[in-house]
Amino acid sequence: MNILYEIAPNLEALGSELVKCIRQTIQMLIISGVIAFVLGLFLGVLLIVTKSGGIMTNPILYKILDKIIDVIRSIPFIILMVLLIPVSRALVGTGSGVTSSYVALIAGTVPFFARQIESVLSDVDYGLVEASASMGFSPLEIIFSIYLKESIPGITRVTMITFVSLIGITAMAGAIGAGGLGDFAIRYGYQMGYRDMIWVTVIIILIIISVIQAVGNFIIRKTTH
Amino acid sequence: MIQLEKVSKFFHTGSGEVHAVKEVSLHIEQGEVFGIIGFSGAGKSTLVRCINLLERPTKGTVIVDGTELTRLDEKQLREVRRKIGMIFQHFNLLRSRTVYDNIAFPLKKSSLSKEEKHKKILSLLELVGLSDKKDAYPSQLSGGQKQRVAIARALANDPKVLLCDEATSALDPQTTKSILYLLKQVNEKLGITIVVITHEMAVVKDICDRVAIMELGRVVEEGFTEDVFVHPRETVTKDFINTANNIDKIYELIQQESNDLTKLQDGEKIVMLTYSANNAGEPVLSYLVESFGVKANIIYGNIDILKGKSIGKLVVTLSGKAENIEKALAYIQERKVELEVMKE
Repeated sequence: MNILYEIAPNLEALGSELVKCIRQTIQMLIISGVIAFVLGLFLGVLLIVTKSGGIMTNPILYKILDKIIDVIRSIPFIILMVLLIPVSRALVGTGSGVTSSYVALIAGTVPFFARQIESVLSDVDYGLVEASASMGFSPLEIIFSIYLKESIPGITRVTMITFVSLIGITAMAGAIGAGGLGDFAIRYGYQMGYRDMIWVTVIIILIIISVIQAVGNFIIRKTTH
Repeated sequence: MIQLEKVSKFFHTGSGEVHAVKEVSLHIEQGEVFGIIGFSGAGKSTLVRCINLLERPTKGTVIVDGTELTRLDEKQLREVRRKIGMIFQHFNLLRSRTVYDNIAFPLKKSSLSKEEKHKKILSLLELVGLSDKKDAYPSQLSGGQKQRVAIARALANDPKVLLCDEATSALDPQTTKSILYLLKQVNEKLGITIVVITHEMAVVKDICDRVAIMELGRVVEEGFTEDVFVHPRETVTKDFINTANNIDKIYELIQQESNDLTKLQDGEKIVMLTYSANNAGEPVLSYLVESFGVKANIIYGNIDILKGKSIGKLVVTLSGKAENIEKALAYIQERKVELEVMKE
């Protein structure tokens, strides 16, 4: 411990605050990450199957989804956050704090993730889809046992990419008072000028990312043949 | 077993309507191997997809094993499709699953018990000769092995019909032979009706009982393989047959004036004689010399064995007196040997 305090002298006073912020960041990552994963996967699949030539072709639905995703993706996250404060109030009852950040984080992640899923799933050979249709599988069964099952390595890869970008925007969410490591770094590292605290947050974020990447690479290795 | 009545399939594209299949009627009998041959774009792949309704025909009816598929809704159709196996040019195996799991895949919806399924998969692996590869992944297999897995998978639900869409087109000639042999075995041992889509005449020659030739969405000619081989009517059919032997090279040679082999003296003729099973081996040529004093110089010869019967083609230069050559030609035709004058 003493060595740590020597390297980062402000850690002694800010240690408990840092732990609280790490917990907030992890909470934001897990809750918005899980919700965004499910929604993004759902939308990505919807894009693929409703596309012309897909197994449940629906050009109108595809067009609408496609446009909405493009519009949301083109709004910079810091602006999107402010824009969504009223939505957040309506949905989770508050416009600030960790809870309110979920809406913005999910809205900032889902369109990006859905597009990436769409591109991963479009790499699935249509021949496989056709082959399973010829075996009498329904569209829903084809989605699960072909599109999703055959794409596990690709889905894992884009999930990791999206996760890293999610960590990036959770740091920004600190700006609307969401707390977390980004908020910590701005408050102590920037406003108070504690350089050591910047380094500490950087290292912690690197550790989080490394853990995620290790898990992801493990899954990819196990599922690629 | 399979009845197509005036089946048509139109596609709407940006530049208008494409008529991929036009009013095709075919009756395929139980237990036969039926070939559909055509150049790319002839509509044969669309036609075969109309049999299991992967493509729903725009017009016409499709009846398989007594069930009118064109009347069924999607749910009923899925049930019927399990009894129609299909294999593809690019095998379409699931890369994330082992050989065993690929064959198990279509059994997901089967009512067999776990043990019965296991037995079934092992017996299929044995049938296609891949028992030792059951835990391999598709990426570890050769093209021929992949197609064997695909065949095993297509047979998992005991289908009555097996559709083969260009199943050997991505394989080398040696492997093609072994896959065709396997299909023939499947046909004979299990009594499964097989429909083969191909652009290779050699495939038709090897395994098909009957064949239909497609051009521009229509079936232009249809018949028993040996009949079509001996008496092709349409130009496209002749083209296919000529690519299967080397006869198209002779046509090229005849076009070239400078070639010594096909250079003619006055009064000489180059003719092509096609023998069928009934008159093959008869000493027609020697008779020409004896009776008409017409010499026949063979410049090309080819004998095909079709289902144990031989079909021969000879290209000969006939030389002698003009009137004798005429008599000789008349004699040849009398003997029911197909005759084509190629150059005179």
